[in-house]
Amino acid sequence: MELVPAVTDLEQLKGHPAIARLISWNPKSVEGVKFDRDEMTIYVERSAIREACALLRTDTNCPFSYLSDVTCVDWYPSEPRFEVIYHLLSMVNKERVRLKVRLSGESPTLESITSVWPGANYFEREVFDLFGVRFSGHPYLRRLLMPEDWKGHPLRKDYPVEGYR
Amino acid sequence: MILNMGPQHPSTHGVLRLILEIDGETVVRMMPDIGFLHTGIEKTCEAKFYQQVVPLTDRIDYLCPMTNNLCYVLAVEKLLGLELPPKAQWLRVMMNELTRINSHLVWLGTHALDMGAMTVFLYCFREREDILRLFEAVSGQRMMTSYFRVGGVALEPPLDFFDRVRKFANRFPSKVDEYEGLLTGNPIWMMRTKGVAKLSAEDAIAIGASGPTLRGSGVDFDLRRDMPYTGYDNFKFIVPVGKDGDVFARYMCRVAELRESISIVSQALDGMPSGPIKANAPKVVLPDREKMKTEMEALIYHFKIITEGFAVPEGEVYQAVESPRGEMGYYIVSDGSAKPYRVHMRSACLANMQALPKMCEGYLLADVVAAIGSIDIVLGEIDR
Repeated sequence: MELVPAVTDLEQLKGHPAIARLISWNPKSVEGVKFDRDEMTIYVERSAIREACALLRTDTNCPFSYLSDVTCVDWYPSEPRFEVIYHLLSMVNKERVRLKVRLSGESPTLESITSVWPGANYFEREVFDLFGVRFSGHPYLRRLLMPEDWKGHPLRKDYPVEGYR
Repeated sequence: MILNMGPQHPSTHGVLRLILEIDGETVVRMMPDIGFLHTGIEKTCEAKFYQQVVPLTDRIDYLCPMTNNLCYVLAVEKLLGLELPPKAQWLRVMMNELTRINSHLVWLGTHALDMGAMTVFLYCFREREDILRLFEAVSGQRMMTSYFRVGGVALEPPLDFFDRVRKFANRFPSKVDEYEGLLTGNPIWMMRTKGVAKLSAEDAIAIGASGPTLRGSGVDFDLRRDMPYTGYDNFKFIVPVGKDGDVFARYMCRVAELRESISIVSQALDGMPSGPIKANAPKVVLPDREKMKTEMEALIYHFKIITEGFAVPEGEVYQAVESPRGEMGYYIVSDGSAKPYRVHMRSACLANMQALPKMCEGYLLADVVAAIGSIDIVLGEIDR
């Protein structure tokens, strides 16, 4: 199995149901796409993420009804620093799609998708706890894994491994 | 009244703390509090070579180590673009199903113990011991096996191994009958489980539940069948689906899965292909001991893999497998070096646990114990 180079051309990938749906809704919501190792990634504009999720969830052709995962990657020191990643699954079409939102390092905030999937609750709390990304509209945004009085966000790349002393 | 349950409570299967608001004996509101077992495994992974992460994955979910090994190595193999020889794949399927049986046996034993049926616990651990002995024979370890490696499996199984598995596979279905004889028709068991802690299909999907918790609510979805990996498409099995979404439905799903898993093990034994157990990729897969000591080339590769690791091309993958608890997923980001830039584990239990308040609110306090047992919670996996 040879690795094929990633496809990042939006024109070529337009036919994908999720991308087509998002573009027909709002062409500005899609910032970029990537098809690599049989996995589709859509870069979504920051302010559009909640509505994009709601649209994809109820799409008639290919409903991505199931939220598998929400996580984050820290690209410190480059900017935009954070990528929040959503893995969506279509149980009908047996297909996955990955949504990505890029966030700047200074006060990273984006809209919570707990109103779309209640299951995003703990995943978003975990991202907040470990990366310090804030989700506006989250019902209970508190630390999940670390103690309440912990300083800093351990999965950030600039976090000292021994903790702050 | 606010009642604090746990973290040191025998029925929470680890250290789960539940904050319960109760009105008499009825649970009005429930809030799980987790993080007591947080060890920062995801952060640790970032400082290790790709092959050094494998033993860490065992420790996430100590009841199904091989499922975690499998998920991780599949993700790295996808990043590398490695193709596996058939024997390695079949071995992986076989070991993975034995792991599922092992995990379900612990679940069944402890779940029944929570509800006051002690005999089942002893019976289940009797068969679990057989499986642990098989694991020990093949990997040298009973629990933290680390048997799967990037590009194959660690070792050729010992000579009599397949015979031993065959004997176990022939014996096991009658043992499942024994467990079922003790529980399925038992009026006390039915009163404790039927109609308790219900979860509707819509709620289960919205909350991200997976595995038997999802299937018990009537959603017919199993990653092994619907998005096959590591050669599961070569096997015939039924995906048991419940209807009522209560504790009993989840119990029936898991017991039926025990039978299906042992049938997959038998199929794997019948059709076990011959050939190598490692992929032909000298830069990634450690050479055989024999070769390493006699061939210069192999010695160099061995030295380089051990000291420098192997570089993985830039990219990212999300690989999910059906663990005994549901969708176990690994999201790995590579920046082209020999250490993963980011490893994230999608824990099935974390999502399933979010369903607990939905299941328990409105039911009796005693049913909370049944609900926790029925989602087969493993705190190591939740806290990571």
